[in-house]
Amino acid sequence: MKNKQLKFMQGNEVCAEAALYAGLEFFAGYPITPSSEILEYMAKRLPELGGCFIQMEDEIASMCAIIGASLTGRKSMTATSGPGFSLMQEALGFAIMAEIPCVVVDIQRFGPSTGLPTQGAQQDVYQARWGRHGDHSIIVLTASNHQDVFYITVDAFNLSETYRVPVILLFDEIIAHLREKVIFPEPGEIPVIERLRTSVPEGVDYHPYLPREDGRLPMSDFGGKHRYNVTGLFHDMWGFPTTDPKIVHGLLHHLVDKIEVNVNDIARTKEYYLDDAEVILISYGSSARTALHTVRSKRRKGERWGLLELNTLWPFPRSIVREKCEDADYIFVVEMNMGQTVNEVKKCVDYPERVYLVNRVDGIFITPTDVKNITRLIMGRGV
Amino acid sequence: MGYSIKDYIRKRFFPHIWCPGCGHGIILNNMLRAIAELGISKNEIVMVSGIGCSSRISGYVDFHSLHTLHGRALAFATGVKLSRPNLYVIVPMGDGDALAIGGNHFIHACRRNIDLTAIVMNNRIYGMTGGQFSPLSGKEIKATTAPYSNVDPSFDTVNLAIAAGATFVARTTTYHFNEIKEYIKKAITHKGFSVVEILTQCPTHFGRRNNLGGPVDMLKFFRDNTALLGSKKIKQNPDLIPRGIFVEKQLPEYTEEYERIKKRVKQK
Repeated sequence: MKNKQLKFMQGNEVCAEAALYAGLEFFAGYPITPSSEILEYMAKRLPELGGCFIQMEDEIASMCAIIGASLTGRKSMTATSGPGFSLMQEALGFAIMAEIPCVVVDIQRFGPSTGLPTQGAQQDVYQARWGRHGDHSIIVLTASNHQDVFYITVDAFNLSETYRVPVILLFDEIIAHLREKVIFPEPGEIPVIERLRTSVPEGVDYHPYLPREDGRLPMSDFGGKHRYNVTGLFHDMWGFPTTDPKIVHGLLHHLVDKIEVNVNDIARTKEYYLDDAEVILISYGSSARTALHTVRSKRRKGERWGLLELNTLWPFPRSIVREKCEDADYIFVVEMNMGQTVNEVKKCVDYPERVYLVNRVDGIFITPTDVKNITRLIMGRGV
Repeated sequence: MGYSIKDYIRKRFFPHIWCPGCGHGIILNNMLRAIAELGISKNEIVMVSGIGCSSRISGYVDFHSLHTLHGRALAFATGVKLSRPNLYVIVPMGDGDALAIGGNHFIHACRRNIDLTAIVMNNRIYGMTGGQFSPLSGKEIKATTAPYSNVDPSFDTVNLAIAAGATFVARTTTYHFNEIKEYIKKAITHKGFSVVEILTQCPTHFGRRNNLGGPVDMLKFFRDNTALLGSKKIKQNPDLIPRGIFVEKQLPEYTEEYERIKKRVKQK
């Protein structure tokens, strides 16, 4: 192979390179297993590219620092794992309320608490969605192989800028530490969305929180020509605190609707052998590799199995899941937790009684043998 | 003086929320006078605050303003400053905001010597939540959470900042109107992390619960119980609270050091 863009890398490093491809200029973080390689990679690469890296005193400070940097007009990111992700939740809520684009990588490890720091899990699906207090919406993406890690990381920045919302990259320890082939796209090969900035001239009243007709909010960099207020309080179109019920109602609906109304624009899924599938596996992240392996071996035996892989976890791609599962006799959700995504699948399909959890929660990566055994039991075919 | 305070405030946002007799307005006034006298463009100033009575100050001023989370103002400010080192970043905080929930960020900002101006508006009480004691209240103070008098010892903001590595540290009170302005001017122009602690009165909660009289009595307390460093008054009575500039030194500043690293890496 003469392709210079062909690499053999660890998932964490692929994520870091993809963030730089997407235009990342500012990274703040705090060491935690199994995400520290992203922090180390950024410490080396960002100064080479003229960007900024800072190791903060904790994850709370890291999250706050990237919000501050994003307000000055730089694409910003932090990376962490379960315990650190818990610490970031309050500031994530602030970024949601103040509508500040940023990307947070959560490399899931086995929990709760300190748990199994070096072992993989997919237990943060609900924390990513509901970790903050109060009603809100957020975008959560994931991937099962390094090529997709690259694309979905660039996508995370694009969606964050488009919707002015933090985007969570919910990878897991297995993907993060796995080394495999990846081909980096050439610059310009995949779209990179730049920040939408206001065209309001200096001296004219700029309304930082007055949406355009298309619902988008053009930004103005801190230090630029427009001075405005940013707060975690409910605020009016100038960013000033208010308790006016009409404005409060409108803002809360805006924060939720801007994501939920666009669920189909944000939904990223992959389909394998679904056309005639009688048994559908639904999976994401590292467990989707196991699911795909299982489906392929079933197909070799002539059994009509298929896989729906989710790359967008939140907003949950309800209509796609419902449509794809319409004719399935069995829907198995393969995930490494006590049942998180499976509940969402049950909520949106026509026959929730056909949906089963296929999981493993002992710190060990779920294998195709596990999936085969568990599904045989559920289908009444014995062990 | 060639400027009007009104040019620096957001009139739309007034009246402010502070109680009658509160010292925070005195600090706001002098902070704006300091900025006006320094002649810094409003577009070059970012004011970052946390949560509490003091933190509302950022909404009232016509700068880039960021009203953040309780205790985290310095962390947000660090992101702003490292990203845009050319901006002046001023961080007003209350005593609980700066030194209880924000204590870790405070000592690490001091240690980094990053060019931020921290203003600790110390009224020794959590005012907005109704008068609970703070880590600066001190023993024997009465508060809603210390109804029989406080057993919780206090920090000394100045000593803490010095020990943690701040390169400009000053203290004054709301009685000493002109000192506030002069110290803030010096703090803003100082290259490195600067801390100005300003003792301020909360007649509503601290004064009332501790029988300290009204706002005027509390201001007189500051007059009678503090003295300038090196003054005859403090030599005669070393128990007075010292005011003045405790530390003013030049050490490598964080964002400048990081820029040097970037240049060195690029040359390779």
